[in-house]
Amino acid sequence: MSTEVKPRQTVGPAVTAPAPPPAVRRKSPYPYWFCLPAAVIFFVFFVVPTFSSFFFSLTRWDLTTWEFIGLDNYVNFFQESALLTSLKNTLIYAVVTCGLKVVLGMLLALLLTSQIIARGFLRSVVFFPVLVSTIGVGLTFQVLMDPSGLINDGLALVGINGPAWLVDPKTALLSVALVDVWKGVGLATVIFIAGIVSIPREYFEAAAVDGASAFQRFRRIILPLSRPATTTVIILALIGGLRSFDLIWAMTRGGPGFTSDVIASVIYKQYQAGFYGLSTAGNVVLFILVTAIVFPLFRYFARQEVDL
Amino acid sequence: MRFATSWRPVSLLAATLACILALGACSSGSLGSSDEGGGTTLTFLVDNSEGSTKPAQGLAEAFHAKNPDITVQVQQRPGGAEGDNIVKTRLSTGEMTDVFLYNSGSLFQALNPQKNLVPLTGESWANQVEDIFKPTVSVGSELYGAPITSSFGGGILYNKKVYEKLGLQVPTTWAEFMANNAKIKAAGIDPVIQSYQDTWTSQLLVLADYHNIAATDPGWAQKYTAGQVKYAQDPAVKGFQRLEEVHKAGYENKDYRSIKFEKGISLLAAGKGAHYPMLGVVVGNLATSDPEHINDVGFFGQPGDDAAKAGATIWMPAGLYIPKSTEGAQLEAAKKFVAFVASPEGCEVQTKAFPPSGPYMVKGCELPAEVPAAVKDMVAYVKAGKITPALEFSSPVKGPALEQITVEVGSGLRSAADGAALYDKDVKKQAQQLGLKGWS
Repeated sequence: MSTEVKPRQTVGPAVTAPAPPPAVRRKSPYPYWFCLPAAVIFFVFFVVPTFSSFFFSLTRWDLTTWEFIGLDNYVNFFQESALLTSLKNTLIYAVVTCGLKVVLGMLLALLLTSQIIARGFLRSVVFFPVLVSTIGVGLTFQVLMDPSGLINDGLALVGINGPAWLVDPKTALLSVALVDVWKGVGLATVIFIAGIVSIPREYFEAAAVDGASAFQRFRRIILPLSRPATTTVIILALIGGLRSFDLIWAMTRGGPGFTSDVIASVIYKQYQAGFYGLSTAGNVVLFILVTAIVFPLFRYFARQEVDL
Repeated sequence: MRFATSWRPVSLLAATLACILALGACSSGSLGSSDEGGGTTLTFLVDNSEGSTKPAQGLAEAFHAKNPDITVQVQQRPGGAEGDNIVKTRLSTGEMTDVFLYNSGSLFQALNPQKNLVPLTGESWANQVEDIFKPTVSVGSELYGAPITSSFGGGILYNKKVYEKLGLQVPTTWAEFMANNAKIKAAGIDPVIQSYQDTWTSQLLVLADYHNIAATDPGWAQKYTAGQVKYAQDPAVKGFQRLEEVHKAGYENKDYRSIKFEKGISLLAAGKGAHYPMLGVVVGNLATSDPEHINDVGFFGQPGDDAAKAGATIWMPAGLYIPKSTEGAQLEAAKKFVAFVASPEGCEVQTKAFPPSGPYMVKGCELPAEVPAAVKDMVAYVKAGKITPALEFSSPVKGPALEQITVEVGSGLRSAADGAALYDKDVKKQAQQLGLKGWS
């Protein structure tokens, strides 16, 4: 309702004031207390939890009482033997899912922007997995990927002895990553399609006149000019991969043993065990890690775009 | 514009009304429905295993029949670590049901009972509780819970038909057990069933070995709580080594990594596997899943090194607790319900609802004459006095990651010594969270 009031106030001074003094910066026509509702919400639901979590990560905490223990939680967290595996797994998972989503998403987008039959239908088919609940996907694939499940039965028909997927420590993490790609590639494709479609036709026409091959068109026009889309996909997929949890938890619970644990699942297990201070410290570490990886990457891509 | 301004008071009013309504809803919820219709409704949270829900439902109905003005409403929660999380969070936030069922022993200790639970030391039934159970739901001199459901053994469930067919004897030492396994494997039957898709089932060879630890060193639990002895040392490391031995000998079923508990128990009942390291409480499940095979399944305690000291590790029943958030008429009703559960009448109701898997912990409770074979085997250990309550009932220290570690040791991903050392580290975090001395 307050938005209805705004036009009156903006229109008012702008019309009546003859010539605003140029030297003095004009006061905003909106009173500052307009910011109050948003500020209160931001403060209560964002600033307070963030800073209190920094504080509670320095305590031994059972949700009601706490005891200040300094940096012990961080020391404990970094001594956690599962941490190194989980850190490695998190990076592998993020890089594999991100890489596959970029490559497959780009290929699918190329296919779906070319003149093929049933293009609209195929576009929705590719996007459908994005709409399905992650837990549902996880549980379904858990059944399909059972060593004697449907996927291995299918492979057996063509004479391939399928791997044990989720129960083999060597393949567990990659199997989950594959499902993540299957589920997430639709979103990457849509972003790439948008990027490719927005490239002006003139470039392609000029290239056709110059006799460029399809590959040259891709290499010299589509790839550089859809860079904003690529950046978005990489950043989104990487952040998603780094903090991924739901799919892994639904499919393997970090198992067998600790072999597919990622940082988020280690933190979750500590929370389940009632180590609230310790898991909060883990969350702070995860926050710093994601920021440390994504922020420079974002800056790098942003600079590249300016150069373009 | 007038439209806009005229909306403001209306929406304010609406918001205020919504707040009042919400507050009203809150307070009537926490006070319960005791004022309306003259009846009291008790909410009762239990885990979703059959062994808990069926007795709970039976008790709720029988109690209502006896006290028509009190209705008990059973609610379910997941078991395992997820359930622990729910119980702890609801207690901490004051949102717990009026009464609830939860493990006794170390998990009970982790609930911070002095702060969260109503002490029940002075209740009339307190003297009727078996002395072996009391410490598992007590802090200091205060008793906080009543026993609900029966006790059960933890050790090896075995298929009696396979034993008969191959002419085997129930082993009293680990060496005999492994010798039996060799013969069973030679006969083409899987000697030891494992089901690592349900990770909790992987812990049994370690947890059920506790009778053997206590037989070697009776004061082990106290020293363990004080941080003086570790799992990586003898005699406790043997449990991990036994798990490793079974894997190294290739005695487990081929699909041990991918099957769940239900499949494991049906393999055992059908005689496709000979041994299943398991809790005796699952015998009740057999009554519904494989009633025709229930008496083919027997039980023996996990064998140790010394035949003279052979016995079984016993698990105490769960406790029934009242949180501090239950007050007034609800508290009266809740205490009445707890008293009903901890009485011989309560035991009978539970027996009717779900077959018991061992003796009850209330004096004067009798097991029915006809019990499944595995329960008979278990009761024989109790009568002979050859039992030790599992470590979680003698020490509050239990690490949360044991099931992942035992999966790794049992699948050959990690050596026994390494696994035991890792478990010691895991346990240290729990001990520190509990504020125990000797663990800093």
